[in-house]
Amino acid sequence: MSENTDVWEVFIQSKNGLPHKHAGNVHATDKEMALQNARDLYTRRKEGSSIWVVKATDIIASQSEESEEFFDPSDDKMYRHPTFYTMPEGSKNI
Amino acid sequence: MDNLINYTLRIADNALILGQRMSQWCSNGPTLEEDIAMVNISLDLFGQANGFYEYASSIDGNKSADDFAFLRSEREYFNNLIVEQGNGHFGDTIVRNFLFDTYSVLFYTKLQNSSDDTLAALSSKSLKEAKYHLRHSSNWLIRLGDGTDESNKKVQKSLNDIWMFTGNLFEMDELDTDMLNKGIGIDNSLLKSEWDKKVNDTLSSAKLNRPEDGYMQTGSKEGIHTEHLGHLLSEMQFLQRAHPNAKW
Repeated sequence: MSENTDVWEVFIQSKNGLPHKHAGNVHATDKEMALQNARDLYTRRKEGSSIWVVKATDIIASQSEESEEFFDPSDDKMYRHPTFYTMPEGSKNI
Repeated sequence: MDNLINYTLRIADNALILGQRMSQWCSNGPTLEEDIAMVNISLDLFGQANGFYEYASSIDGNKSADDFAFLRSEREYFNNLIVEQGNGHFGDTIVRNFLFDTYSVLFYTKLQNSSDDTLAALSSKSLKEAKYHLRHSSNWLIRLGDGTDESNKKVQKSLNDIWMFTGNLFEMDELDTDMLNKGIGIDNSLLKSEWDKKVNDTLSSAKLNRPEDGYMQTGSKEGIHTEHLGHLLSEMQFLQRAHPNAKW
């Protein structure tokens, strides 16, 4: 069976409003199977209320050999961080 | 009271025996993902069975849920014949579960309106799981039926072989009628037309032919079973028989 299956990456949202986080991957032949397998493997213990599955081959990843031009320019731009603001009291999930 | 206990046991036995069947897939699934999916289904079913056995035990006042599950003989089980049928190959399991899951969703949907509050509540809880089980089995049925020539032939044969156990699901005996008249039970025979419709829809998506409604096996309501149940029970009951009241 493995020759007909794709790897799908699984993203779980633990509760409304939070981002979907990468949880792992599953093998599946189609999107419905991918969703069900993800449900059975990654949400058995109430880990989440929403699941995304994405074919691993459809994910475009940055290349490590490009990491200098990709990430270094932001190294010396501290002013881009929002740390200079005071957080309003009681704000969550920021 | 006896009738209510036995009516409850019929529901519990269906969940327990199918749960035991699904647990036999543990470590034997076609893929890791599917192995876990089938064992999840098994655990859901054990949970359902436990709820109904606990209720039977509370009415009985003497026997425990474990006594009902593990210490009855074959003739004292009232599960439908279809759930005790062997797992066979993966397609056999999918076909068996699909036919039963379709029934189970309709059954629990109706029993939610039972005048018996506990049965109604247990049904509402079980219905959510049954709907997921049906989604799992029907998706696989379509995938296999509408898959390759070989997978289509295999599940068509699974369907033809197990069809004679479907009539048993819609039977009504005196006990069922008594429960229906008291507003506790439901009319199984009225589920048939909706079951037909849903099964036909999925079979046509799966490019499978519905077998003729020919001779139908019967007997579960009197505790008469096929040759498979005894073997299943001997394995399932071994621990409680060899070490009575064993605890984890």
